[in-house]
Amino acid sequence: MSLLRSILLRREAGIAVMIVLFCLAVGMVKPQFLTLGSLRIVLLLVPLIMIGAMGQMLVIVARHVDLSIGSMLGLTAMASGMMFRHYPEIWWPLGFALSIGVGALLGLFNGLLVTMFRLPAIIVTLGTLSLYRGITFIMSNAKQIDRQYVPSALKSMSQTSPIFGIPWIIFIAFGVALLTYWFAMHTRVGRQVYALGSNPVAAPLRGINVTRVTLLVFAISGAFSGLAGILYASRWGFVNPSNTGNGFEFQVIAAVVIGGVSINGGVGSVAGTVLGVLLLGCVSAALPLLGIPGTTQSAIYGAVILVALLIDRLVRMQGQKPATAGARA
Amino acid sequence: MKDAALITPPVLSAYGISKQFAGIEVLSEVDLDLMPGEIHALLGENGAGKSTFAKILAGVHRPTRGTLTLNGQPVEITSPIVAQKLGITLIHQEPISFPDLSVAENLVLGRQDGSALSRVPWADMVREARSLMDLLGVRIEVTHLMRGLSIADQQMVEIARALASDSRVIIMDEPTAPLTPKEVATLFTIARRLRDEGRTIIFISHRLEEVRALCDRVTIFRDGAKVATDTIANLTDADIIRLMIGRPLKEYMHKQGSKIGDVALQVSGLTTPGLFRDISFTVRKGEIVGLGGLVGAGRTDVAKALFGIAPAASGSIAVNGTVAVIADPGDAIALGLAFVPEDRAQAGIFRSLSVEQNITAAVPGKIAPRGVIRRGVEKLLATQSVARLRIRLASLRQPIGELSGGNQQKAILARWLLTEPQVLILDEPTRGIDIGVKAEFYDMIGALAADGRAILLISSELPELLALCDRVLVMSEGRLTADLPRGQATQESIMQAAVPRTERGEAA
Amino acid sequence: MTDTAAAPPLARDAAPPRPMWHVVLVRPETMTLVLLVLGVIVGSQLSEFFLDINYILKSFTLSAEFAIVALVLTMVIIAGEIDLSPASNMALSACLFAWAQQAGVPMPLAIVIGLVSGVAMGALNGLMVIGLQLPSIIVTIGTLTLYRGLAQVIAGDKSIRVPEWFTGINAVFIAGIPVPVLVFALLSIVLGLVLGTTMFGRQIYLIGTNEVAARHAGVRSRRIRMILFLLMGFASAVAGLMTASRLGSVRYDLGLGGELQMVLMAMLGGTYIFGGRGTILGTFLAAWLLVIVTTGMIVANWLPAWQLCVLGILLIVSIIATNFIYSRTQR
Repeated sequence: MSLLRSILLRREAGIAVMIVLFCLAVGMVKPQFLTLGSLRIVLLLVPLIMIGAMGQMLVIVARHVDLSIGSMLGLTAMASGMMFRHYPEIWWPLGFALSIGVGALLGLFNGLLVTMFRLPAIIVTLGTLSLYRGITFIMSNAKQIDRQYVPSALKSMSQTSPIFGIPWIIFIAFGVALLTYWFAMHTRVGRQVYALGSNPVAAPLRGINVTRVTLLVFAISGAFSGLAGILYASRWGFVNPSNTGNGFEFQVIAAVVIGGVSINGGVGSVAGTVLGVLLLGCVSAALPLLGIPGTTQSAIYGAVILVALLIDRLVRMQGQKPATAGARA
Repeated sequence: MKDAALITPPVLSAYGISKQFAGIEVLSEVDLDLMPGEIHALLGENGAGKSTFAKILAGVHRPTRGTLTLNGQPVEITSPIVAQKLGITLIHQEPISFPDLSVAENLVLGRQDGSALSRVPWADMVREARSLMDLLGVRIEVTHLMRGLSIADQQMVEIARALASDSRVIIMDEPTAPLTPKEVATLFTIARRLRDEGRTIIFISHRLEEVRALCDRVTIFRDGAKVATDTIANLTDADIIRLMIGRPLKEYMHKQGSKIGDVALQVSGLTTPGLFRDISFTVRKGEIVGLGGLVGAGRTDVAKALFGIAPAASGSIAVNGTVAVIADPGDAIALGLAFVPEDRAQAGIFRSLSVEQNITAAVPGKIAPRGVIRRGVEKLLATQSVARLRIRLASLRQPIGELSGGNQQKAILARWLLTEPQVLILDEPTRGIDIGVKAEFYDMIGALAADGRAILLISSELPELLALCDRVLVMSEGRLTADLPRGQATQESIMQAAVPRTERGEAA
Repeated sequence: MTDTAAAPPLARDAAPPRPMWHVVLVRPETMTLVLLVLGVIVGSQLSEFFLDINYILKSFTLSAEFAIVALVLTMVIIAGEIDLSPASNMALSACLFAWAQQAGVPMPLAIVIGLVSGVAMGALNGLMVIGLQLPSIIVTIGTLTLYRGLAQVIAGDKSIRVPEWFTGINAVFIAGIPVPVLVFALLSIVLGLVLGTTMFGRQIYLIGTNEVAARHAGVRSRRIRMILFLLMGFASAVAGLMTASRLGSVRYDLGLGGELQMVLMAMLGGTYIFGGRGTILGTFLAAWLLVIVTTGMIVANWLPAWQLCVLGILLIVSIIATNFIYSRTQR
């Protein structure tokens, strides 16, 4: 047991070490990487993934997976964008309410399919991935939301704030991480998510309302995707029905896998996931500096997922000594 | 059969409790009173209904008919949560827990009140957990994860849970199977203490000697009905057995004489660090060699090594005189070994596939000599197997999951017999099987030996080992601790060798 | 001992078997067939082209590549695994092939390069899933990203042309049937026979039903699953090359979204996502059904966006129906 503890502790520490090593390595070749400006670039790259990763972490801890988050991001971004375009005078924070609300509903739909029909989340969300993307096209008439329609107040959230000039979007992202931490570690229902993922058979016997908890994690995943959606509009200033959110799920899953969340459920920490996101951010920021074309990004993410899985498995194979004879675990 | 007029009222009473599953009545008209401050045993064979009855009390099942009263008030126990709130806790045979959460959390989960978003009081939780552990007198670090705890410790945690919710009725379902005698003693001490506090312990078992050592009263189930309730002192073992099986215990188990031939299987120095060390033994043709020991001693690991599921790190195996390298089950089968695994649901049957497909699964060479399956051959082999082993089924094409446990096990045995094995390794072959079918199995095993096969019988049931085997090997903590010829094998000598070294000094 | 917690004890010995007609008719493939017939009927109302077999065959060529891979994917799913990377595999194999021949490598060698790389990709999947015992779902999510990314690295945003004589395989007819469709039909027959009548096929079902029990019974589970992953890789490469031929050029986004269609075909055909059940016949029918549905949508002038929605809905509905049927027939 303490062995397992120390492995976990090692994991977060391990990722942190990897981040430091990576940055140092890049810094040796390109010293400008180790500047504050560079840090800003990294931090600006990650907020959307950070938010998405928090939701995905909860879903995976509950022993499911959500592949539709990219499409949910696109749909919610489009919904808000269209609202801004139709009602240019509207109080812009309403965009948050709309995005998050729609996102939660979309997530809830996922959850309903999984709980009512006992369908594997992987296939359900593969289906809703298409469904939601299709709806995005239909409702936008395949037209994108151009820059002028996104409220400038919203856009400036990604540029600055009164606090040391650090964009609001970064605060929001870390705020979501803190919120998720509080939820996962300090609320009853949050602990129930971990219990459910750890032993789904035992959960109902211990008074956990499996349906309710499952619906909740999917709704959260959807809501966070919605938040990411409106922040996409903030960050990039436009919304495109085919591109917005495309591939988002893979970046998020990469971060979550690096962060040590177990695909079998029950195991995962916010700290690890945050570090996983930061590592990916550093890698993404380093690429243009090193002259590696942006088209390689997908390949890198894919490779990163596989390498993280590989390391995970090797560590587990190493640390797993056969139980001492006579032990009865 | 209600007990005579009592001064203290019963804590829990059952009237006419009956239960049907899919039209089949598994419990009928059970009346029972449970008193405060007693340890009450439920005895009976597999399928007799004792476990179903207990699960009804614990809210896992709802009765089809009948009523329950708690402290004089009628109650409906609709779910395990409701049962817990009423003060009835069931400790499962295999304790359920959340392995990735800490012991303290496992203790607390499901017992808190408050809204979903209420704060988790970590400090209080740990403190309460520690005090519960102290109360029980067990040393378990409550901040550790549940994963990695021994079965005995997991049981302790479950008992602690029951205490924490101040359960007045604690049901223990076959708790002693995976425990060492020392752990059993600890469990009994705690049970007695709980009884002295006025709680009721319901102890489900089929081990007479334990029941006699621990329990005050006993209720015997047979074929879904309650046949007797009495104080343990009033019943002899013969009485109990007669009530359990409905007729005096014949000499069901006897070993046919068979000619013992050459060495078929020779194992030398088999070792896998951490699981078993330096295992050496032989099995001859026509011989039935038993392998006894406690759960966790490493017997199944040895079997898996012999069969190639998890080959040993070092040591040698020789079949019929030639040294063999067994890297996977295919090698083992080719050498003439067969292995009937312990958990047929997990490693034996293909639940949704037909009985026919299950039986022929290990002999591709026979049903598909050139790759294409010959259905006629398959059906013939399956039909012959069914007849030979007297498997009761409706159709060869039905999914094997629809068969009863005993018939499923027969089908697995049939699968392996088709491979015409020279060495048959059986791991707890009669687990979970009714006594009538058990007898059939014993006859079959005896006949297989008489046929000239070498049989290695892994079993935790001492009577089984004593009745069937020519020799009994005993393993403890990964080592072979005894090789007892039939004459020297007794329950005591086997147990003595099975007990871990640290306890051997203390064993009376 | 105690009654099992999982299944309440049923009849002492055995429950009565299902009648023969029940076994033959109440199964997901029947549902697929019924939907197929319905689809044709509805389609013929939308346009008289639907009853023109040549039109249908030509429409099929657009999905034939995915359908071919879907056949092998069916076997993979029955064996209890899944592979979400084939569409990316198609793209990368095609890109490598196209890039090689553009760089001057003689055609036959370029084709070999494409095929070998497809198999290599399948091998990577197999090694990680079987060698490292990682769940195939997450591994193939990783490789699908990696392969697509590598295709992007090789081809950038440009299309690579393929030589004139290589293009237009979909326009080649043998006995009035376009070659891709013919390949699909032949492969269906071959794989259907393998899965249905050989021990190899039977062992795939065994592995998918209970992998532990299969190993205990001497089935070479690791080897069989590895073969399936390699086969997937090969089929994806072939499909990639066929697509290159049909389109006349190769881009990194070749086959984008294909994994959805392939999984859809398998699911619509009654393949059980948890393994152990499914048939080639089902997937065969489902491929036609999907072609009917997509052609119908095109003829009815539905926007591609609507089509995307319909595919998503179809996937969800098909697993609900399949699960339902399987839970009814399994006690």
